Amino acid sequence: MSLIDVRSLTLGYENRTVLKDLSFHVDEGDYLCIVGENGSGKSTLMKTLLGLQKPFGGEIIFGDGLNRKEIGYLPQQTIVQKDFPASVREIVLSGCQARCGLRPFYNREEKQLAEKNMERMGIKEFARRCYRDLSGGQQQRVLLARALCATRKILLLDEPVSGLDPMVTAEMYELIEGLNKEGITIIMISHDISAAVCYASKILHISKKPFFGTREEYQNSDIGKLFIMREEGGANA
Amino acid sequence: MLDKLIEYLQFPFVQYALIVGILIALCASLLGVSLVLKRFSFIGDGLSHVAFGAMAIASVLNLTNQMIIIMPVTVLSAVLLLRTGRNAKIRGDAAIAMISVGALALGYLLMNIFSTSSNLSGDVCSTLFGSTSMLTLTLTDVIVCSVISLIVIALFLLFYNKIFAVTFDESFATAVGTKSNRYNLLLAVIIAVIIVMAMNLVGSLLISALVIFPGLSAMRLFKSFKSVTIFSAVLSVFCAVIGMIISILAGTPVGATIVATNAAAFLMCTFIGVFVR
Repeated sequence: MSLIDVRSLTLGYENRTVLKDLSFHVDEGDYLCIVGENGSGKSTLMKTLLGLQKPFGGEIIFGDGLNRKEIGYLPQQTIVQKDFPASVREIVLSGCQARCGLRPFYNREEKQLAEKNMERMGIKEFARRCYRDLSGGQQQRVLLARALCATRKILLLDEPVSGLDPMVTAEMYELIEGLNKEGITIIMISHDISAAVCYASKILHISKKPFFGTREEYQNSDIGKLFIMREEGGANA
Repeated sequence: MLDKLIEYLQFPFVQYALIVGILIALCASLLGVSLVLKRFSFIGDGLSHVAFGAMAIASVLNLTNQMIIIMPVTVLSAVLLLRTGRNAKIRGDAAIAMISVGALALGYLLMNIFSTSSNLSGDVCSTLFGSTSMLTLTLTDVIVCSVISLIVIALFLLFYNKIFAVTFDESFATAVGTKSNRYNLLLAVIIAVIIVMAMNLVGSLLISALVIFPGLSAMRLFKSFKSVTIFSAVLSVFCAVIGMIISILAGTPVGATIVATNAAAFLMCTFIGVFVR
């Protein structure tokens, strides 16, 4: 059984349908990239997967003992966070909020988990630093460590490299690939087709006629060829 | 001058005023940080005007216990404002401006038409800028205020981690199963209760200063949510005490003096913050 099985999903917001009849599935250990043009419904799909909004039709089935709340989510940064006075440790620890339910305070186990994930992301030395004083790449690591506190199995990343410079972007991709190799399933929304065909095992291309398949299938498909070519053309120009 | 102060402190009404002032300042500052960070500061401002309108209605109806009207109306408005804040059709800030100015005008109008008092402008002025009623508190007032403050503080401590999570990143919190809407509602209700309580102290026009100044000052200096929260609470109580003492000794209006003290503290914190960085 798949971790997430999406069947003929219809999506939209404010009574406007953006996507119809979308089906795909995510298996354990997958690295799925969701690509597509702006406004094609990538973010809406992500919000629906997380349960932040309801689908218009179709269903999402969580299998293999995965609970929707156990998805580690890396959202795009908001303006509020830019000048937020919070230490790195406080933010990473807040990833454990689902674990403690109505219990008001974090227990030792959760604190250790936070420490472990800070170490894993190489930000332990910043634990007491203020989030707003960190660089963009370091901030993303903090949010990734937080997401790891919320999950054992699967991460959902929303444009994890937007706004980062090329060096840091490459580091970020390596970090994510490493996590995937450790056995964590990755779903990533991205603009970056060249990175998608480089790292992902499967690709979901959202458009009027959605494409879902392995990376190799995508590279050989018409829509894939067109998109990759356009991307490369854009890079050369 | 110290003799004079000690002499004043012997009077029960001065003691009552100090106790209530400290509690209100503490409660107001606790939530101020979240309110500022969530861009909710204007809700506080809007609510205080609503509370003024409600008070006008209550005094027109000649109620002995005005809280019966003021409290529910303000809490209800808090809930409504929070809802419209998310509604795209009427922008949040516009809705707040609409409600707050509307309530202010309606309140003044009612007080004018149905006034039973001979000193109308004095009444209006004291509701807007705080009154000497601060110094006429009864023991019951003090007990009620203490109980409410303790509840607010207890709720804040119990939900501290959740409030932090929802303030920092609402979509992440919701995605991992935290009921963000409930905590937003809790914040709005608590802030409404604090505003109603604080009306006696600083008056309805100056309340939002009590809510946002300590948080803003603390954010200039500190780098973690916990230290910002603790410092803003300490600073708020400190400013309230200093403000009240000055107003007692110098005979200045209580509310305005406390707010002026807070403003001075903010300037100092900004100044220090620039040098520390």
